[in-house]
Amino acid sequence: MSEQTQRQAYWKANLKLVAFCLSIWFVVSYLFGIILVDQLNAISIGGYKLGFWFAQQGSMYIFVILIFFYANRIGKIDKQFNVHED
Amino acid sequence: MDLKTLTFLVVGATFALYIGIAIWAKAGTTKEFYVAGTGVHPIANGMATAADWMSAASFISMAGLIAFLGYDASVYLMGWTGGYVLLALLLAPYLRKFGKFTVSEFIGERYYSKAARMVAVLCLVVASITYVIGQMKGVGVAFGRFLEVDFHTGVGVGMAIVFIYAVMGGMKGITYTQIAQYCVLIFAYTVPAIFIALNLTGNPIPQLGLGSSMADGSGVALLDKLDMIVTDLGFAAYTSQKWSTLNMALLTLSLMIGTAGLPHVIMRFFTVPKVADARTSAGWALVFIAILYTTAPAVGAMARLNLMETIQSGPVGSADGNMVYADRPEWFKNWETTGLLQFEDKNGDGRVQYYNDKNEEFAAKAASFGWAGNEMVKVDRDIMVLANPEIAKLPNWVIALVAAGGLAAALSTAAGLLLAISTAVSHDVIKGMIAPDISEKKELLASRLAMAGAIVVAGYLGMNPPGFAAQVVALAFGLAASSIFPALMMGIFNKNMDDKGAIVGMLVGLFSTLLYIFWFKGWFFIPGTAMAANTPDNWFMGISPEAFGAVGAMLNFASAYVTSKLTPPPPEHIQHLVEDIRVPMGAGKAQRDH
Repeated sequence: MSEQTQRQAYWKANLKLVAFCLSIWFVVSYLFGIILVDQLNAISIGGYKLGFWFAQQGSMYIFVILIFFYANRIGKIDKQFNVHED
Repeated sequence: MDLKTLTFLVVGATFALYIGIAIWAKAGTTKEFYVAGTGVHPIANGMATAADWMSAASFISMAGLIAFLGYDASVYLMGWTGGYVLLALLLAPYLRKFGKFTVSEFIGERYYSKAARMVAVLCLVVASITYVIGQMKGVGVAFGRFLEVDFHTGVGVGMAIVFIYAVMGGMKGITYTQIAQYCVLIFAYTVPAIFIALNLTGNPIPQLGLGSSMADGSGVALLDKLDMIVTDLGFAAYTSQKWSTLNMALLTLSLMIGTAGLPHVIMRFFTVPKVADARTSAGWALVFIAILYTTAPAVGAMARLNLMETIQSGPVGSADGNMVYADRPEWFKNWETTGLLQFEDKNGDGRVQYYNDKNEEFAAKAASFGWAGNEMVKVDRDIMVLANPEIAKLPNWVIALVAAGGLAAALSTAAGLLLAISTAVSHDVIKGMIAPDISEKKELLASRLAMAGAIVVAGYLGMNPPGFAAQVVALAFGLAASSIFPALMMGIFNKNMDDKGAIVGMLVGLFSTLLYIFWFKGWFFIPGTAMAANTPDNWFMGISPEAFGAVGAMLNFASAYVTSKLTPPPPEHIQHLVEDIRVPMGAGKAQRDH
């Protein structure tokens, strides 16, 4: 593979990963926290209604996990396509 | 030791620490002044970013907002944290690879246009100045309350402190000072929260306490109890949704992309050694931010519960169910003297009735109890965090600590913003436009002078706020969301985006958002000049002016795309530049202009 096509393949893999992460970002905040909040509030975990928990707690925990997940995965993809630093 | 002496001691000790760090980390070169020599570890950078980001508003106001808005306040929690996901995935690593000092520099070079750079500088300076005003005001209020000095003196002392460590240390000094400030502010925020959670639920972790049962043996969940107490008094249920779904979603989106587009936050990611560090650094920043942001809902709900139960101590409508005004607790009296808490005995029974008299059904019921309207005529929501330790009867050292925490939050954000402003003036305007051949020494002097100037302007505006402090925050986020974020994103993800597309997009986003905000809030916020009353019935599709930034951003994307299709594609070297920033390989340290 030439350097040019390798870079393009790397960018495609990156876009796919970003799209995957952003769909989770959307689901936990907008879908679970706002759009479906009433339906999810019918379920309780501990003293929390589930929709309320996603809006005020869960979405933030998942955001943190998402960033580290992305950093970890893209680090591996960097190496796989040989575009990593150093 | 009395509270005043303790506060002086604790606040004084933290200030001595900040200034000591500034002297130790004195900046010698322009590069150290701007980006801390790019030698900052991702965890340290994350902590500094968190302190930079969490302002007096996060520390003091957010829990109060949550206490009174309940579920609806989730937009602030998700909006101000979700932006970091966008930063880490869409902007930070690429801007770090680009390897320059400022956001406007990227826009100027990527769109090969000085005009684009100027538009970016303008958006950046307006957004940062509006933000700084709020911080300076917060510093004045905090000093005024805790050190018992005049508000103006408080602002003056704050200006002097920021001047010393920001002008001397630059980014390096600010970064290390902010790490210390983060430790102070997070300790000050969580200690009272832990005590209060333990008191109410028996669980010391506030995030778990909020989802636990009451410790009073009733077995009722805290949130269910809170819902019951507030609905019994005619208020909307705490966990119920009051705003429209569309407006909530758009407001959350505006805050998210506004966060990702705020220059003083983005700047932080120029300071890490590697592209990979920019990604993890955003993650660490969010870890440190989330510690406070996940505690805030517990602080808010528990403060509301404590407040309601203090006033409505017995069953609603019973003869002795309400607090006797003469027996009110000490904290109640303290806040009454500030005017932020006000009581008016409307039915003359010497007891306090706090209920929703705008709810007609409940107001009729209340009248049958002999109640003549809500007697808590003013409950300022900003007092919640500051009053919390007093309400929970915590020792004086905790109260002193909260004062130091609030000041740390305000000062760290002010310093970060001032640095963003001075960099824009010295690096983008003077070095980039007026005098490209300026020596490094002179540029360093220019940025120090610009910072001093910015501190004086911010201090002056903090002492004489234009009377629209709350509105300007919406403006700062609206501008960042509708102009800066789309320009940056298209610069990276659309290789064919050209100068004309970007400029048209930024201007369309900027002016549509400005127009919408001014339409409902008055031209330049001058009272009486609004074109329509700021009510949900008048809003376009029920979208509030605060939430319009997301719509402005969509208009920006759309108009930029159409324009770029109609105009010739960018020159080849620009397309190569974009291809180059997309891969981490070959990232050097941040470079000066060539």
